[in-house]
Amino acid sequence: MAKIVLENLGHSYLSNPKSEHDFALKPVNLTWEDGKTYALLGPSGCGKTTMLNIISGLVPPSHGRLYFDDQDVTAVPTSARNIAQVFQFPVIYSTKTVRQNLAFPLECRGMNPSKIKQRVAEVATLLDLDYALDMPARKLSADQKQLISLGRGLVREDVSAILLDEPLTVIDPQMKFMLRRKLREINRQTGMTMILVTHDQSEAMSFADEIVVMKDGLVQQSGTPEELFSQPQNDFVGYFIGSPPMNMITLEPNLGSLCTEALNLTKPLPAGIPVGNDVAIYQMGIRPEHIVMVNEESDSIGKGTIIKIEHLGVDGVVTLKLPTGVIIKAKTRKHTEMMVGDTSGIRVCKKNALLYIDGTLSPSLN
Amino acid sequence: MLQIDHLTTAKAKVCLDNVSFLFEAGNIYTILGRTGAGKTELLRALMGLNPLTNGDIKLDNENITKRPIRDRDMSLVYQQFINYPHLSVLDNVAFPLRRQGKKKAEAQSLASTMLTTVGLGDFLHRRPSQLSGGQQQRVALARAMVKQSRILMLDEPLANLDYKLREQLREEFPRLVADNQESVILYTTTEPREAMELGNTMIVMHDGEIIASGPPADLFAHPPTKDTASVISDPPISFISGFVRDQVLYFGEGQLAPSEGLQLPPDGPVTIALRPDAIEPDGAFTAKIGLSEFSGSQTIIHLDFDFGRAIMMVEGIETFKSGDNLSISIQAEQIMLFAPDGRNITLRDN
Repeated sequence: MAKIVLENLGHSYLSNPKSEHDFALKPVNLTWEDGKTYALLGPSGCGKTTMLNIISGLVPPSHGRLYFDDQDVTAVPTSARNIAQVFQFPVIYSTKTVRQNLAFPLECRGMNPSKIKQRVAEVATLLDLDYALDMPARKLSADQKQLISLGRGLVREDVSAILLDEPLTVIDPQMKFMLRRKLREINRQTGMTMILVTHDQSEAMSFADEIVVMKDGLVQQSGTPEELFSQPQNDFVGYFIGSPPMNMITLEPNLGSLCTEALNLTKPLPAGIPVGNDVAIYQMGIRPEHIVMVNEESDSIGKGTIIKIEHLGVDGVVTLKLPTGVIIKAKTRKHTEMMVGDTSGIRVCKKNALLYIDGTLSPSLN
Repeated sequence: MLQIDHLTTAKAKVCLDNVSFLFEAGNIYTILGRTGAGKTELLRALMGLNPLTNGDIKLDNENITKRPIRDRDMSLVYQQFINYPHLSVLDNVAFPLRRQGKKKAEAQSLASTMLTTVGLGDFLHRRPSQLSGGQQQRVALARAMVKQSRILMLDEPLANLDYKLREQLREEFPRLVADNQESVILYTTTEPREAMELGNTMIVMHDGEIIASGPPADLFAHPPTKDTASVISDPPISFISGFVRDQVLYFGEGQLAPSEGLQLPPDGPVTIALRPDAIEPDGAFTAKIGLSEFSGSQTIIHLDFDFGRAIMMVEGIETFKSGDNLSISIQAEQIMLFAPDGRNITLRDN
């Protein structure tokens, strides 16, 4: 078990990087506490797998240092790092039983048979796979195979961290819930640090104590799911975290304040920023979850016409067209009571309307 | 109009078992099922790629069961992005038209229009390998659509894409296929939300059979069977064993009396189905918190009861400690009841 520290850690696949663009992972400083769950989140090509591979030792970083518990492991080979890793597709020995799969890494290390038996039993209990120990591994479902892959990493003692590279990709939606819960339980019971790589924001939010959002090799924001949801530092995080993405409504500077014809919500004009055409783009960011649809009469800050209703099960997403033509989305559980063509009032709590200047959150004014 | 009668296949990993359905042109059918439910098998059987042991396929009342693949007037888009690597994006999409015998200029002009529709108007002369995954799948989609086939089939077309790309293409999908008004569109997925969002009609498959079909919102509200309820619920639905005696519903140490929101069937065993909206904080029941997860503006709480597990979702960001006890209520008007044979036997007054 270990605390993991990334010190000015970056990587370029080119031998002589000249500009920022040449870095798959731009140098970053991060500290991950022992025993917590982390997620590296971003679109394809954002550098998240590069970061994971540096931690596991599969890729030696071109810049910076990596520490496990204050010990510099930058040059330590993968085999000496005590990492358990699970990949996108289950990696199992399909001709072996579950028991043989779990025992194999220990047999390779020459551990004595009675000790192996004990470790395999412990890990099987942790994974709820006791009943399956003597079944051929190939007979199990995809989510159980992923647990075996994980178990083969866990049987070794002194595992420093568990790295999970999109392990839920091939799992059906409902089983994802169960497997995620199982992973969290393993984290709680063993106290091992877990790092999950994913492009799925909902997976990251529900799994991790802290999320690192990445784009183009650059860390955009690192924080708790709550921070990323309620205070996205820039428009990319607002877009990438949350489904549907954050609504961004353009504001116009007008007599010392920022406002829009679309909604009756104003923000004070930030001091010290020159106003004029093309000086800056001012936007108000509002989460679809924070748009409350109310009767037109009650105290609302605007109204819109419902142009689309998406039934997503318990929740629904309603698309509203404001009188100015601006389109916004609201998330609600009352979607079954609404009809396309209806007019609805809109209410937004002031603290949930965030100001962005040129795409960056302006926290002092919110 | 596409009619299938008693389709049955053998020798595959998953076999179709007596599948019949009537598909109408201009409709989008989403076929929802877990891995191994028979979704891909159905598309491949329609296409003629997997042999039938029984059954007929009729296109506008003409039996095409024995017709060769190339004469079936069908297109299929796969989960993996499949394009011709040596052809430009434009020629990839023009290819099927050229094979139909269209002149090069006409084929390229139609292909170019279709590529503009899918948002690739600026990439006509690139190679597929120079595009992102989402763009490559748009090329495959454009190539399938440009033929204006009578049957357009998409086999989990978004499964290999990033979450956000998937969200974007789902949003655009109705517009992308708007030109295919004359086609029957079949779209398979494992994701209930995707099936509900994109389909006019949702078809639920399980173990090689069609077990339910209908408008998505109706099927969600009134799933005809327990298996259907299970396949279309995400987050998962929880099933709890109970029984009715003298007009009281018993489960574990809990009980519920009939109310306006829920009438009870005659005495006998029942399965009680709880979706997250059937459970609310504060009430007569006690549950142990297994885990709480954060999901946007909601908190998902995994609950362990003496009678089983269930999931609750509450608005706002709440911190619940694993292992603590929580008092909750069960909303009678939201629960569903299923008979031992799996039929939905929920009865409400309104």
